[in-house]
Amino acid sequence: MSARVQEAAFDVAAEVAAFQSALTQSGAVVSFTGVVRDDTGSLDYMFIEHYPGMTLAALEKFANQATVKFGLEKVLVIHRYGRLQPGEEIMMVVTAARHRKDAFAGADYLMDYLKSRAPFWKKEVSQDSATWVAAKDQDEAALAEWSLKSAAKES
Amino acid sequence: MTVDILYFAWVRERVGLSQESYQTSAATVADLIAELVARDEGYSAAFADLSAICVAVDQELSDLTAPLADCREVAFFPPMTGG
Repeated sequence: MSARVQEAAFDVAAEVAAFQSALTQSGAVVSFTGVVRDDTGSLDYMFIEHYPGMTLAALEKFANQATVKFGLEKVLVIHRYGRLQPGEEIMMVVTAARHRKDAFAGADYLMDYLKSRAPFWKKEVSQDSATWVAAKDQDEAALAEWSLKSAAKES
Repeated sequence: MTVDILYFAWVRERVGLSQESYQTSAATVADLIAELVARDEGYSAAFADLSAICVAVDQELSDLTAPLADCREVAFFPPMTGG
């Protein structure tokens, strides 16, 4: 399990290769990469702010939870902050499990937590506007689903 | 007690500060907000809609009813948008 918070860009292919080379029990590796999207064609850059005292501990906590919940062999989370251009990678998660369902579910679970519970804030800056990205109700709903699934399993 | 208060994203912009040291006897997060709002317009603009405010007490996500006894750091911010 490892987590990193950094300003610098990362190399997705190199990260996945290094991650995979250390595996001993997994038959499935899932990776997800989040990229700066420019919906209007006018985005100058995205600014990502975070809470330095809290961010890494939050990422590590979610990675640990995913590891336990889905029996993952290994997890990697990288999240960037600072000024990012359209098309640049913002973050990535990689999960490894014996079988694909747990690897997919682990990555999905991690993404839902990163979206709504990791202390990052995104601002879209274009030539004539600067707007903080609003949290989406559907992201909160996705988080709530995981609690429902756990409750259903235990009952 | 003295607490470090941190502000992020548009809460930071409205308050006009990213961090301050503040002397308070507030018992809860909500009491602290009430004290801050009474200070000036920036704070009242930042805390106008409490449903849009998240809080962390000593770097743990918390809520407005949380007690502040012995805490060192309180952070206010909008709902998070990671990923």
